[in-house]
Amino acid sequence: MGAGHAHRLYRHGHSPVHILPPHTKLAAAFAFVVVVVSTPREAMWAFALYAGLLGLVAYAARVPAAFLLRRLLIEIPFVAFAVLMPFVAEGERVDVLGVSLSVSGLWGAWNVLAKGTLGVAASVLLAATTELRELLLGLQRLRLPPLLVQIASFMIRYGDVITDEMRRMRIARESRGFQARGVRHWGVLAKSAGALFIRSYERGERVHLAMVSRGYAGSLPVIDQVTASRAQWSCALALPFAALVVCLLGWTL
Amino acid sequence: MDPVTPSLEVARLAFAYPDGHQALYGVDFSIARGERVALLGPNGAGKTTLVLHLNGILTGGTGTVTVAGLPVGKRHMAEIRRKVGIVFQDPDDQLFMPTVREDVAFGPATAGLKGAELEARVDRALEQVGMADFKDRPPHHLSFGQRRRVAVATVLAMEPEILVLDEPSSNLDPASRRELADILRSLDVTVLMVTHDLPYALELCPRSLILSEGVIAADGTTAELLADDALMRAHRLELPFGFDPRSVPTGAGRP
Repeated sequence: MGAGHAHRLYRHGHSPVHILPPHTKLAAAFAFVVVVVSTPREAMWAFALYAGLLGLVAYAARVPAAFLLRRLLIEIPFVAFAVLMPFVAEGERVDVLGVSLSVSGLWGAWNVLAKGTLGVAASVLLAATTELRELLLGLQRLRLPPLLVQIASFMIRYGDVITDEMRRMRIARESRGFQARGVRHWGVLAKSAGALFIRSYERGERVHLAMVSRGYAGSLPVIDQVTASRAQWSCALALPFAALVVCLLGWTL
Repeated sequence: MDPVTPSLEVARLAFAYPDGHQALYGVDFSIARGERVALLGPNGAGKTTLVLHLNGILTGGTGTVTVAGLPVGKRHMAEIRRKVGIVFQDPDDQLFMPTVREDVAFGPATAGLKGAELEARVDRALEQVGMADFKDRPPHHLSFGQRRRVAVATVLAMEPEILVLDEPSSNLDPASRRELADILRSLDVTVLMVTHDLPYALELCPRSLILSEGVIAADGTTAELLADDALMRAHRLELPFGFDPRSVPTGAGRP
């Protein structure tokens, strides 16, 4: 951890998508997801069109398909239960390859899978084209409560520091011959976690002290104000608007 | 500002922690403008407690602290925090913003500076510590010595009256140590350096104070204090093996 100069999710580039101001991208991704979720699940072609739209964005952002697909794997644990739905749901049943499946369960599974995948793909694209730092600025610009932005910002800043501390504690444990094997050693691990918590808590106090010493009185000053032109907004919002058209067609057709 | 007003004046400062542990028993000293002074003392002598009084983080004891003629107290707290720049021992505590630039800008921005003026302040502070090229880096990607220098810049950006450094040489390799010394020497600011690195104190500070058991036990030129074996031993201050303060050229420690 901490060796690279950017977060692993980020893919450095200078594409038209990369240079859009972060808050426009955040708003666009959020609106896109809302539109996708409100599409009727029976309009299967609409989801194909959505995927096509994301494909266009990925192409414009020069994010290779392989990169995108690999990142999509994160979704698996979340959609695992969707796979179960056709087996356990009630109602009318059909036989597929000799297995009896529930029709409503199949639709439910499709619904979760399609909408989930599109949502994750949109987030992966957002993360791949926007640095964490910028995302925070964007959230700040979108008037997320400052306390939440501060918490997120400290998480980014101290994530590596705490991981490093954890690593040092592990090395210290192992240097004294400890190896976690089985339940009997969980006590030691739990104590390490406790120690790590206390250390982090104390660091929090020291950081607060340093902040107060530099005049902190409850709110972080806004140092970088991000702004977006009308053209940038329309460029970013082209995605959710195109999706909205598809969605409306899905409802009417 | 009137040049005869001392940068820092501490008078009869005493303090006990809420748990009853008395850390300071009446501390008196004064530091003139532009002086570089070392505050020496063994572990547990009350050095950190004293430092936290200088910008009003700890209050509630007796005695007074005056910074450039301004009493430390609730009334002038914002002003005091701007005038007293404390560089803490662990730069990871001091650098809490996502990039170096934002961190250095934090102090002045909190004080209300904006735009080009703020940017100029940041550039100048980073220039002073030779870290201008690292402006957009996240602090955790810098070496320890670089982080310490940025920590100094975060405080310099506030244009303080007095720079207070808590163990500035700790964990630095010899090259980083010398670089930091060069930087500190080049600054035109009053410095109070809290340390038990005695050669470093001798190198940088013409004058030293010894804080021991909550009182100022000695106040004099660094070279004389370090050469006084009995005094040093009485306060658990030991010179590194083979280091003889008398053998160091007399030019050392002069600004």
